[in-house]
Amino acid sequence: MADTVVPAGPETAVEDIRLKHHFATSAQQMDADTLGMWTFLITEVLFFGGMFTAYVMYRNMYLGAFASTSQYMNVVLGGTNTAVLICSSLTMALAVRAAQLSNRRHQILFLILTMIFGTAFLVIKGFEYHAKWVEHLVPGFGFQYEPAQYAHHAQILFFLYFAMTGMHALHMVVGLGLLTYLVVQAYRRVFSANYFVPVEMIGLYWHFVDIVWIFLFPLLYLIGHRR
Amino acid sequence: MSAHTHAHLHVHIPKVRTLVLVWLALICLTGMTTAVSYLELGWMNIVIALLIAVSKASMVAWIFMGVRHTTSLTKLFVVAGLVWLGIMILITASDYNTRNWTYQPMPWANNPAGGLSK
Amino acid sequence: MATLTHGAPEIAASEVNYLNVEHGWKSWLFTTDHKRIAVLYIVSITLMFFVGGFMAVLFRINLLEPEGIFAAETYNRLFSMHGIIMVFFFLVPSIPATLANFLIPIMVGAKDLAFPRINLLSWYLYVIGAFLTMYAVIRGGVDTGWTFYTPYSSTYSNSYVLAAAFGVFVAGFSSILTGLNFIVTVHKMRAPGMSWSRLPLFVWSNYATGLIQVLGTPVLAITLLLLAFERIAHVGIFDPNIGGDPILFQHLFWFYSHPAVYIMILPGMGVISEIVSCFSRKRVFGYNFVAFSSMAIAVLSFVVWGHHLFVTGQSVYTAIAFSFLSMVVAVPSAIKVFNWTATMYKGSVSFDTPMLYAFGFIGLFTIGGLTGLHLASLSTDVAMHGTYFVVAHFHYVMVGGMVMAFMGGLHFWWPKITGRMYPEAWSKFAALIVFIGFNLTFFPQFILGYLGMPRRYHAYPPEFQALNVLSTAGASILGIGYVIPMIYLIWSLKNGPKAGPNPWGAAGLEWQIPSPPTTFNFDETPIVTEEAYNYGPLEEVIG
Repeated sequence: MADTVVPAGPETAVEDIRLKHHFATSAQQMDADTLGMWTFLITEVLFFGGMFTAYVMYRNMYLGAFASTSQYMNVVLGGTNTAVLICSSLTMALAVRAAQLSNRRHQILFLILTMIFGTAFLVIKGFEYHAKWVEHLVPGFGFQYEPAQYAHHAQILFFLYFAMTGMHALHMVVGLGLLTYLVVQAYRRVFSANYFVPVEMIGLYWHFVDIVWIFLFPLLYLIGHRR
Repeated sequence: MSAHTHAHLHVHIPKVRTLVLVWLALICLTGMTTAVSYLELGWMNIVIALLIAVSKASMVAWIFMGVRHTTSLTKLFVVAGLVWLGIMILITASDYNTRNWTYQPMPWANNPAGGLSK
Repeated sequence: MATLTHGAPEIAASEVNYLNVEHGWKSWLFTTDHKRIAVLYIVSITLMFFVGGFMAVLFRINLLEPEGIFAAETYNRLFSMHGIIMVFFFLVPSIPATLANFLIPIMVGAKDLAFPRINLLSWYLYVIGAFLTMYAVIRGGVDTGWTFYTPYSSTYSNSYVLAAAFGVFVAGFSSILTGLNFIVTVHKMRAPGMSWSRLPLFVWSNYATGLIQVLGTPVLAITLLLLAFERIAHVGIFDPNIGGDPILFQHLFWFYSHPAVYIMILPGMGVISEIVSCFSRKRVFGYNFVAFSSMAIAVLSFVVWGHHLFVTGQSVYTAIAFSFLSMVVAVPSAIKVFNWTATMYKGSVSFDTPMLYAFGFIGLFTIGGLTGLHLASLSTDVAMHGTYFVVAHFHYVMVGGMVMAFMGGLHFWWPKITGRMYPEAWSKFAALIVFIGFNLTFFPQFILGYLGMPRRYHAYPPEFQALNVLSTAGASILGIGYVIPMIYLIWSLKNGPKAGPNPWGAAGLEWQIPSPPTTFNFDETPIVTEEAYNYGPLEEVIG
């Protein structure tokens, strides 16, 4: 990792129109934006954390039932989706880098690639949801389960599955909206080495959503070992 | 620290090579965690799965999210978020894991499918 | 009063300030000025306070008769809506969103909060949440209690749980955004020289509150969301029919809601530190201890939630740990009370209205805190749990503490916010009425609870009638005590004598700028060279 220090233009003596009135300097504004974003991500950690807590408790209580659900989880699709999201994180990181280097063409390219990966993730997720619907695995909507002894407790797992992946997918949709905004702004030449905070912040958000999935994948798809 | 007189934006631009290497490692670890799930390792399955997930998440946070080059304040905030998640999970778990240390009449505990008491 | 001559009213009158810089409703609804948003919040939460208070009046009337006056269902809805509105729409935003919103940027020497537009967004979220909850009220209310316990709320209640829960969910995000804004502002917007050890204690306590809002509220959000899914799908993770554990709901709920009671008291403690210091004309005794006790309360508040679960199926071993930790959290609270008292010792104490409320706070909060120890003790709680003792305890903290502090703070900073003074005699009279009415309302409830009257029932055995009538009588006095300030404060907006920049001769950056302040607070960024509460001998300050 290169520790290049890019000075913000000539001592920021140049009047920066993007400096909001209540900040003294661009550095202060950037510090505040970054800290604000990380604080927001902490709230997200605890938001998902509530569901992870519920998952941990019920997994300890009903390990057999939870393990038995693995046969209904499509590991190939889940694994593919994990890889797709990791790719999108790479392109997002590259997009931020391109913005920092004032490389507009690369920035737009990588942003659009990120959106393509993100959309691919949602499409695959859609196929999975459809399969669960067809197999009557949606709690509350004609839930049926084999082996029957686990029919009750498996519902808890599937409820958590839909709550967690659904909330994750919702965050993906929001992320795609934010990326669209970034592409438009990048097209309008808003971002440069002097001003790239929005790209970086939305990048942080996107990586965070990736991290959530990194935990969801083993916890939901790989509970029971497979034959 | 509150006197913002000098206005350099300290920006650490990562090398492409670093980013791609991390990506490669993440893909490999995804393959690995899937492969390990096909092995019968008992309780080790979940431990390995979680260790891999934690290392993947750390790589994303450390390199992609740039925690490595952030201020110690930001690092403190990240740690605080995780500690608070830990507080929630651990203390709640302490309830569920010690409920049966004393006898309490719980008719549902005899559920063959595994009830509140294991 | 003598101090009114301080300052230069005739100059202040001609000056442009944040109130008269723009006119028209658009200039308010689209403002990003933290001071105008604070005023919007003051109006909104006052409205909600009176709605919630009205419900209290109604169910106190019901309790005049042992067999009740209204139907049981009506009573259940009244106390539930009272709790939901007062907790989520008054107490949680009360001081942070109003006084702190107004004062924190000024106290740290900044032009605004770090994220002014997010600040406005938080007010809109509050209003949306309030409308959703009022929709639930109008359609017939909620009868789950403010805690929304499953499985009653998810399965059996036929009231408007979804609308109310969604309202609380939305208002929660308003609270998160306020906390986030404060944290970033305190870290990044401090003026040169404003080190952490020079921050007013009001800023410290609101910073600690911000941490709780940011770390706790998201858990409430997801818990209510899971509850809503469960109610819609008729199956869910708290559903005992499929092996779900309703106690898990309580764990998640109280992981937020216990820290939330510190959201409802910490900012009040900050206000009291300011008032006590100003009207004793002394630096707060043990500044560092008071500041760090705020942080200690914020941290410890997250590891005590299980004392709300002592009579559920929670493990007794966890309960013992929670009981011990609940005792521990009393230590930093006690430090504050001792230090306020020590601040007054040998100080030049004056009895202006804010100080009267501060006295009320210290006494009532001490009673509320000490009775909290009864409830933190595992063995006594088993007897007291679910009785009026609990109701009295948390009203001594919430109303006797936070509402007193809110009133005290409002009277303290009213000249700063509006540029006007209020009638001194009326305000002292009202403070007295509030104190008498409050104690008359809630002290009998300690006795009722000790005698075993359960909370949340619309009827009770006849032998409890005398104390209940006393409580209702007190509630009507308390209600008058809140209406009087409402009237004279509104009256003072037009007719009050003009206040100078510093009517109390108080220390602090907010008293060095005009009343009301200009839009950007400071003409140039102040440079701080002294500690907070740098009070000299009395005669030097008051002219």
